[in-house]
Amino acid sequence: MLSAILGIFAWAVIAPIVARRWPRHAGWVLAIPPAFLTVWFASFVPGIAAGEAVREVTPWIPGLGVNLSFYLDGLSVTFALMICGIGALIVVYSGGYLRGDAMLPRFFLFILAFMGSMLGVVLADNVIALIVFWELTSVTSFLLIGYLHDSPQSRRSALQALLVTSLGGLIMMAGLILLGIVGGGFELSELADRGGFLREHPYYTAILFLILAGAFTKSAQFPFHFWLPNAMDAPTPVSAYLHSATMVKAGIYLMARLAPTLGGTEAWTLTLVTVGSITAVLGAVLAVRQTDLKRILAYTTITALGQLTMLIGIGGTYALETFTVYLLAHACYKGALFMGVGAVDHETGTRQVGELGGLLRLMPVTAAAIGLAALSNAGLPPFLGFIGKEFMYSSTLGLAEDGGMPALGWVVTAAMVVSNALMMVTAGLVFIKPFLGARTETPKAAHEAPIGLWLGPIVLAAAGLGLGVFHGELERLLVAPVAASLAGRPMEVHIYLWGGLTPPLWLSVATVALGIVLYLGWPRVKAGFDGVAAALRYDSDRGWDGFLKGLVKLAAAQTRVIQSGYLRHYVMFTITFTTVAIAATMVAFDALTAPSLMELDAPYTAWALALIVLTATAAAVLATSRLVAILSLGVVGVVIALIFLLYGAPDVAITQFMVETLVVIIVALVLARLPRLTAFARPNRRSALRDAVISIAFGAVVTALMLSVIDLPIPLDLSDFFASRSLTEGFGRNVVNVILVDFRAVDTLGEVLVVTTAGLGAFSLLKARPKRARRESPEDADATSSQQDGKPSVIEQNGDRP
Amino acid sequence: MAFTVGAMAAGSVYLLLSHNLVRVLFGLILLSNAANFVIFSAGGMVEGAPPLIAKGARDLAGVHANPLPQALILTAIVISFGLLAFALVLVYRTYQELGTIDSDRMRLAEPPYDDQDIPEPENPHRIHVRDAARRVGNRVDNRMSANGSDPA
Repeated sequence: MLSAILGIFAWAVIAPIVARRWPRHAGWVLAIPPAFLTVWFASFVPGIAAGEAVREVTPWIPGLGVNLSFYLDGLSVTFALMICGIGALIVVYSGGYLRGDAMLPRFFLFILAFMGSMLGVVLADNVIALIVFWELTSVTSFLLIGYLHDSPQSRRSALQALLVTSLGGLIMMAGLILLGIVGGGFELSELADRGGFLREHPYYTAILFLILAGAFTKSAQFPFHFWLPNAMDAPTPVSAYLHSATMVKAGIYLMARLAPTLGGTEAWTLTLVTVGSITAVLGAVLAVRQTDLKRILAYTTITALGQLTMLIGIGGTYALETFTVYLLAHACYKGALFMGVGAVDHETGTRQVGELGGLLRLMPVTAAAIGLAALSNAGLPPFLGFIGKEFMYSSTLGLAEDGGMPALGWVVTAAMVVSNALMMVTAGLVFIKPFLGARTETPKAAHEAPIGLWLGPIVLAAAGLGLGVFHGELERLLVAPVAASLAGRPMEVHIYLWGGLTPPLWLSVATVALGIVLYLGWPRVKAGFDGVAAALRYDSDRGWDGFLKGLVKLAAAQTRVIQSGYLRHYVMFTITFTTVAIAATMVAFDALTAPSLMELDAPYTAWALALIVLTATAAAVLATSRLVAILSLGVVGVVIALIFLLYGAPDVAITQFMVETLVVIIVALVLARLPRLTAFARPNRRSALRDAVISIAFGAVVTALMLSVIDLPIPLDLSDFFASRSLTEGFGRNVVNVILVDFRAVDTLGEVLVVTTAGLGAFSLLKARPKRARRESPEDADATSSQQDGKPSVIEQNGDRP
Repeated sequence: MAFTVGAMAAGSVYLLLSHNLVRVLFGLILLSNAANFVIFSAGGMVEGAPPLIAKGARDLAGVHANPLPQALILTAIVISFGLLAFALVLVYRTYQELGTIDSDRMRLAEPPYDDQDIPEPENPHRIHVRDAARRVGNRVDNRMSANGSDPA
């Protein structure tokens, strides 16, 4: 399976070359590997139906429990079939749809890379690998949505989709990692067995909601639904692929995959059913308000995703069967509808419902494809969509009658009736309006689309019909294994077209009736919904913009405070933060140590030296004369050197003496050319007091730190190592020297480099003199320098050379 | 010892927080001395026994000063000297260019916010910081618009 995924990625890299070489047939050529993979995955189906899941492990970072492990069971094979099968059709379709587009080679690269990432998501068994592929789908979908990158609208939508999904992805990552830590492993197939333990764990709620945040954003569940319709700015093949069959279903997949691990609790059912139902109704309501065919489809996709979420939430035999049936039905009809609508758009030049009509005779094949798909979408027999809807009612009624949540069950059933009726309306809008009725003038003279454009829709639409008719095979080969994956145990399933005069059938009849009524009154329904929307005055899309704007403002305000532009503020923040952090840590870990008697027990020389250091420090800080200050600093340095000497560090002492002498001489020389220390004293007592408080706090923390460190036993392993090897291996008796030039020679070389670089830097600073500076007044300096090199050193100076 | 180091650290921070870059430099000197001292005393202080291997012996015998911190400090002293030298020259050159060693008035890299009041330089012959800042800002804007990107 790893080779399948890597193969698709490799193919994605080759794709632009192929597309450039054979631009006319690129779609057909490039569709071969996905088609082959479809067959390859299909060959696993009988085995999986017999209960043999396939697992493949390639160690990646075994030390961290991260493996490239893949797991093929009913659920993942179904998704893999959809991704590769629909993917192959989409690639063919893109070749026709985007024929002659200059960026087509790039498009193939993106869409195949997306296919690879998506396969990775559904096949991955390791949580970390899943996260990696998940983020890859976000990135590749960003590139695909923003394919028309010269349109600002398209860029905005791409960015919005990326931000929403990757924000959710990050939250989800936290949840999945927590799941792995709590569950004691990162393999999903193993975690599925620990569901009972995980559901009882105190972190369960946190894990659940963190992961759901990722699934909900990816699958455009309310309140994150707004990015999906905007993503319709992408070319139609992208919408058909990403937003019908694959990416938006990644969230659904994740919820389904984790159903045996996390599912079945009250929180799970309540959240998924509620959010799913709200999303379903909202999507359907918004869908009938649209007049752009593609946007209609986008909103019905939201409805479908909501219904799928709800079904996972309900759980149980019926719901899980329905989930599978509906998943397949939706992928088939929605893919077909998107591609069909794209073909209509391509051949007529418009996607507006009002501008299209009477296309049946002009585009018979496309009409057939859209018609079949629309019937499945509307949920009429004998299509797969019908079975899906019937079973959906059975599931919600089940929830109402014996699922333990009667009120919720009834509300959800009602919600499903409404949303399904509205789905029928949209099916009518997509098929009846453009294809039947009176001919209309379209921007382009309409004629049948080329085979590349109608092949995909007709195949998918026929699949929707075929799977509905031959549902027996479907049940055995796919529905039962998927239900088993979701339930975590083998399931007895039975799907049928005709179940007798049962309550679900009556609900179906009611749905159809309601749908027809609503369709006939569509203009009024739309006006009504528009009125409600206007009254509510809320728009998630605008809400998102407000959120982003607020974020930028917050960042600016925060920058304004932290990055004031004053150097001393930066020092102040750094020091204060360090002080507080160290102090808090010491208090938290109870590391405060009272000064031991050893401290007082020091020899009188040490006392004397310490006293000198203290005095000199005070003098350096308070001095107003440059000479006094630099001499005091010199005294501090020399005394430190004496301490080194006293406590067995002659080499250090010698270096310190030398450096300190140099410092005093050089600084004194330079200081003679700089202003007095009294210039720019602190403006007022208050800031002086504040600085003093910060300094003393820092000093206190350093003292406390020292006290606690001195108290600890010193680990001497390294020192002993050096002490024993110095003569035998380094051939030197001075251990310190041997460490520097032998054991840590590279370090010393680095030190030499640093000093050299500092020297070179200082030298070039002194040498660098702006040549033009004197001639220019500030005004024309502006003009000339912007034309020429623009070095910021073009500044007037008064010419005192050292 | 701990108290001495603490006092040194406090003094250096007080100097670092100054407007006057020369004082900041002094703070730097003091801080590096304090840091070296911290490393030295944290490694344990042993009086009068340098880590030298006696003639005839194969390794350090008996109680000796810890050689490791000493090696570290040696490196640190030299590096901080390099840093100081560079900083010193930088301050000196800045003074030549901008006519001030007040860090508050150096706003070329980060132009002042509109509501921030930057004091005028004390030497009227030299450049106005705000003008200089604006000029750098304009230049950046010009460049960006020349490159076709939107400065906003």
